[in-house]
Amino acid sequence: MCSGGTLSILRSDSYVDLSQYRDQHFRGTRYDQERLLRKSCTLYVGNLSFYTTEEQIHELFGKSGDIKKIIMGLDKVKKTACGFCFVEYYARGDAENAMRYINGTRLDDRIIRTDWDAGFKEGRQYGRGRSGGQVRDEYRQDYDAGRGGYGKTVQCQFYKFYRENDEPHNVVTTQKVRQE
Amino acid sequence: MSRRRHSDDSDDSDGQPHKRRRTSEPSEIEERLESLICRVGEKSNSSLESNLEGLAGVLEADLPNYKSKILRILCTVARLLPEKLTVYTTLVGLLNARNYNFGGEFVEAMIRQLKECLKVNMYNEAVHLVRFLSDLVNCHVIAAPSMVAMFENFVSVTQEEDVPQVRCDWYIFAFLSSLPWVGKELYEKKDAEMDRLLSQTESYLKRRQKIHVPMLQVWTADKPHPQEEYLDCLWSQIQKLKKDRWQERHILRPYLAFDSILCEALQHNLPPFTPPPHTEDSVYPMPRVIFRMFDYTDDPEGPVMPGSHSVERFVIEENLHCIIKSHWKERKTCAAQLLSYPGNNKIPLNYHIVEVIFAELFQLPSPPHIEVMYTTLLIELCKLQPGSLPQVLAQATEMLYMRLDTMNTTCVDRFINWFSHHLSNFQFRWSWEDWSDCLTQDLEKPKPKFVREVLEKCMRLSYHQRIIDIVPASFSVLSPANPVCIYKYGDESNRSLPGYTVALCLTIAIKNKASNDEIFSILKDVPNPNQDDDDDEGFTFNPLKIEVFVQTLLHLAAKSFSHSFSALAKFHEVFKTLAESDEGKLHVLRVVYEVWKNHPQMIAVLVDKMIRTQIVDCAAVANWIFSSELAHDFTRFYIWEILHSTIRKMNKHVLKIHKELEDTKARLARQHKRRDSDDDDRSSDREDGPLEEQIERLQEKVESAQSEQKNLFLVIFQRFIMLLTEHLVRCETGGIDVFTPWYKSCIERLQQIFLQHHQIIQQYMVTFENLLFTAELDHHILAVFQQFCTVQCTSKLFMFSLLCG
Repeated sequence: MCSGGTLSILRSDSYVDLSQYRDQHFRGTRYDQERLLRKSCTLYVGNLSFYTTEEQIHELFGKSGDIKKIIMGLDKVKKTACGFCFVEYYARGDAENAMRYINGTRLDDRIIRTDWDAGFKEGRQYGRGRSGGQVRDEYRQDYDAGRGGYGKTVQCQFYKFYRENDEPHNVVTTQKVRQE
Repeated sequence: MSRRRHSDDSDDSDGQPHKRRRTSEPSEIEERLESLICRVGEKSNSSLESNLEGLAGVLEADLPNYKSKILRILCTVARLLPEKLTVYTTLVGLLNARNYNFGGEFVEAMIRQLKECLKVNMYNEAVHLVRFLSDLVNCHVIAAPSMVAMFENFVSVTQEEDVPQVRCDWYIFAFLSSLPWVGKELYEKKDAEMDRLLSQTESYLKRRQKIHVPMLQVWTADKPHPQEEYLDCLWSQIQKLKKDRWQERHILRPYLAFDSILCEALQHNLPPFTPPPHTEDSVYPMPRVIFRMFDYTDDPEGPVMPGSHSVERFVIEENLHCIIKSHWKERKTCAAQLLSYPGNNKIPLNYHIVEVIFAELFQLPSPPHIEVMYTTLLIELCKLQPGSLPQVLAQATEMLYMRLDTMNTTCVDRFINWFSHHLSNFQFRWSWEDWSDCLTQDLEKPKPKFVREVLEKCMRLSYHQRIIDIVPASFSVLSPANPVCIYKYGDESNRSLPGYTVALCLTIAIKNKASNDEIFSILKDVPNPNQDDDDDEGFTFNPLKIEVFVQTLLHLAAKSFSHSFSALAKFHEVFKTLAESDEGKLHVLRVVYEVWKNHPQMIAVLVDKMIRTQIVDCAAVANWIFSSELAHDFTRFYIWEILHSTIRKMNKHVLKIHKELEDTKARLARQHKRRDSDDDDRSSDREDGPLEEQIERLQEKVESAQSEQKNLFLVIFQRFIMLLTEHLVRCETGGIDVFTPWYKSCIERLQQIFLQHHQIIQQYMVTFENLLFTAELDHHILAVFQQFCTVQCTSKLFMFSLLCG
């Protein structure tokens, strides 16, 4: 009988487990990607408001440990924040605590989501949606004031409608109304 | 009829007859056994009793093939699931009734496990094992007299000489804390022996030292709830239990339902247990103070909260702490388990949970788990009990606020962090007007200070205007400053400032992507206000050069942290050169402060980056924090966050190099081993060369790092002494009271340094004693250090009492 054994129910660490998401643009095999994810100190953070600043992210994510770097996600065209970022820690353990205790809590009144990332590479700071933002904002049907209003496809439909009907339109823009 | 090929294993679902055996793999069986055992006692459609009976049957049937696995699993749950103690003792009782030999083997295995735990300093888990053994008496597995004999050996540890007090403490704690479960039975069988044990315990408790207590208390005041030393509290609880004739009604005892079966079982005697002797490597648990913030008056409409000296209170708190310890990684499970703690309608469970969580959050020197865990756990609890828990939490917050005047500074820091983070998850909704009383107080007093710091932290999690919007107008005096940068060369009206034109030049150059060399050449023309002669290269300390460069660069990079970090990286060479001397480093920090004094968060990240890129060193940061320029901000939270972060970086650095050294030594050892087993004549000691060189270099690096670390603490202590002495002298000559809010804050910050970094400080104690904490020092300051030393020698703990006049 050793005093070092444990029980599988106590080993459970579901917040730290890999999610189902795999980056389709990753250069390498699935196996490579998963290996990197399991060692990674970098988190992807999603569902941010377009107005959330690096400072806010630093304050929140600093609660689980020292942050090495934050890279804000940008609209590929406009080069403005488009609602995601990467947070890299010096120590894996600090990133794990962020997954356990910061994932699923609020920043700027929004529930944010964190996931393991295989590591930042140049180019990954840009949204991959057709319009320049994130893919999820292309097809979104709901109205989200913190993420540019309606999804891009819906906005196009509005635009077309008003154009055809020759009426002034009130398409919601992503113009920042909050002071920096 | 399935078209599947007919197979031998007719119940196979995958139709592949040759791949599967008739029964599952052994490891699958073990997993299943473990799962069955761990899950008993969880919510179920059947009663606990029938589940236990069923499980006992299954295990009994599996004993012939899986006995050792079952023993291992049961020993492990005894050690790691103490919150389900009585469920498992009942299970063992049922097994023992069915199989006497198994019962005996289990007891032996437990004793082996207990000895092993004590040998490797796993004292918290050892307590669970002792408690389990004692509850086995209730299940007729262990004979009461042999348990009493074990406790007699425990209590006799208090007679040992020259051992740390914390060693005796643990054995007394293990004895006393088992009594809620087994006191009644032991007293019934062996009352004379028990009385003797209790009397010996009492005399030990009377003579043991308690200087550590004030240092571990969350509040310095005794009202409304005294912060009792943990053994004192437990003793009061056991005394009350004894007075109540050992009647204990809170603990769930499933074995009572099986009494007729269990009392037929044969009992085993515990083998004589000698506590392992104290060794150099023994590390016992630190003493604790029991945190209490609620009593029965706080929830007048709900069930009555057990009193502070009731044994029920002890059991509930122990179990809730154990649940957190088991499930800290899984916040939803943890919250659910806490809320499903049995006894829900007889005890005000929400109050107990909130109290236990704050007890951990405010624990000194450190919480058992990372602070942010508690914030998120409380949010999960609020989600599960939206109609009741938020109100209890609000009540708790109010109570903590009311008692800020006597709350330990470190605990106030944690309160600030928790409350601001919590609010940010609930749209910052709070009834600030309820706290308007703080507006009439001196801003340095704990309440207004707390509100200021909370609002500043809230701003960091949102933005300035949001904070202005959420507080009443009357609170504007406590609202944080708009975090904008202050650029002294920004305005035309500052034309006359020395360096103004150079600043303009620099601005244009930097915007045009100038190189470090171009920057150097622009700066060359800046006169040095301090010195008459510059050396040829102009590399001596020139405060004006630093001022112009740092102000301009930081102003240009003010947009975000990333911009500022890029700027630091791009012009690293210039920074290193300008800040080469100690005065240079200090001045860089001063200018950073001047530019960003409205944005403490920016100051903190810039200081962090400058340390990591070696533009400034840790000692420079320490000196800067104690400099007169920062006196105005000296009691602000962010200053201490910066200082502690700096110390932590220094500590991590030393550990890192140490590890590199150890790793390299290990590599050399492996290389030797390979060579020894190789028998190859061609290999020689020459191969050791590079590794040995590396080890020598790393050794030097370690020594140098440790020297830097010692120096950092020297600087910090030195500056504290200077500052405090100044204040004490001023008060004495002026005939005014020493205990201003500033003084209380400053002394507690000094204590915090000792407390937070005690393990490192211990290494350099001799130096500190010889160089700083000498007999000539003012007695107020010296007392702090002396307490520290006295206790350290006797019990390897670093604690000291609060100053008293």
